[in-house]
Amino acid sequence: MQILITVVGCILFAVLAPVVGCLLAGLDRKISARMQGRVGPPLLQPYYDVRKLLEKDHVAVNSSEGVYIAFALVFAILAGGIFFTGGNLLMCIFVITLSSLLFIVAAYSSRSPYAEVGAERETMQVMAYEPMVLLMAVAFFLVTGSFNVSSAFDQQVPVFTSIWLVFLGFLFILTIKLRKSPFDLSYSHHAHQELVKGITTEMSGPTLAKVEIMHWCESVLFLGWVGMFFIWGNPISIVVAIVVALVAFFLEIWIDNNFARVKWQALMTSAWVVALVAGGVNIGILMYL
Amino acid sequence: MAFASKSPWVIHYDASSCNGCDIEVLAALCPGYDVERFGIINTGNPKHADIFLVTGSVNERNIDVVKEIYDQMVEPKIVVACGICACTGGIFHDCYNVIGGVDKAIPVDVYAPGCAVRPEAIIDAVVQAIGILDEKSKALAAARKGA
Repeated sequence: MQILITVVGCILFAVLAPVVGCLLAGLDRKISARMQGRVGPPLLQPYYDVRKLLEKDHVAVNSSEGVYIAFALVFAILAGGIFFTGGNLLMCIFVITLSSLLFIVAAYSSRSPYAEVGAERETMQVMAYEPMVLLMAVAFFLVTGSFNVSSAFDQQVPVFTSIWLVFLGFLFILTIKLRKSPFDLSYSHHAHQELVKGITTEMSGPTLAKVEIMHWCESVLFLGWVGMFFIWGNPISIVVAIVVALVAFFLEIWIDNNFARVKWQALMTSAWVVALVAGGVNIGILMYL
Repeated sequence: MAFASKSPWVIHYDASSCNGCDIEVLAALCPGYDVERFGIINTGNPKHADIFLVTGSVNERNIDVVKEIYDQMVEPKIVVACGICACTGGIFHDCYNVIGGVDKAIPVDVYAPGCAVRPEAIIDAVVQAIGILDEKSKALAAARKGA
């Protein structure tokens, strides 16, 4: 029965997440433009971009790159389906990490020097944020006694109340996961240029369109993780979770527009220090006090 | 409906001459003109670009670079020559190393004269280019259906 729910969840996520993610991306560009004193593009600009990319000619340096990207998108949707049907949080984390790894392998397969440096930096980013993500799952387990996301609804109070330090740590690495400045080393959105276009240098047309759709799905999933901290056994908590997720998204846009890019050394050190302090202290308190 | 006109991504190459037009192209991206209103993004990657903005004249050293960028762009694509140097060679036309306008290297779709070319003229040229881009996009879609 659970598998059927997950399958239906994946199909719903595949339809709804790109719509929500596209609107969020449009809002991001609009708000960013306003912060820079510009009018900015229409709200549906990311949708127009993807439709245009799908119209472009099919050009690829090899035949495997497109397959890697297609499967990266499939696993991102699978991770979303698992999470939003209340499935296993650890499984969701592993599947979305697999999606990130396929994205990296796709860039490496092109053998382009720019794409390779982009892929190396993306690997650094995965190494930087992964400990905090895993500690988040451990902390969630310690509070609810289960890795199932649905167990958040069995709580009297939101898990945030006992693992707020982990939440702050997660907010920090959310900037890395969403590839926002100051941590947009491998690839940056908007009109920025980094290493030509970093990890996506060799991806064009329909392949790049799939990458964009994957980013939309990822954004929705990660904001879902933010919302998960504020769920308890009351339907009103879903509204609270959505509001907090939107506030977190706005905070990310603000950070994106106000901080210059850091070097990868600073990325690694800060992310691991935050993970060890926020995650370690919080989990230590949960286990021994 | 062709979406190419709603999201024209631009790659900009400054071939040679005085760099005045180069600065004007970047001015068009700033808050004063804000071409992102029309979905225009300045990308550094030829494989992501739809419109190739060239400023300055073509010479013996950079003609291969101009051709290389053009070849790397994915169809449908448009070339806009920005400034009189890019159109004809301008005041540098009889220099010993200058070959001439951009059309000596690659096919040009829109010419935007001026010394230096005004941001308004660049935006106007890009808007004209968008129209041609739409036509090319439709032709490509029709060819794909026929194939």
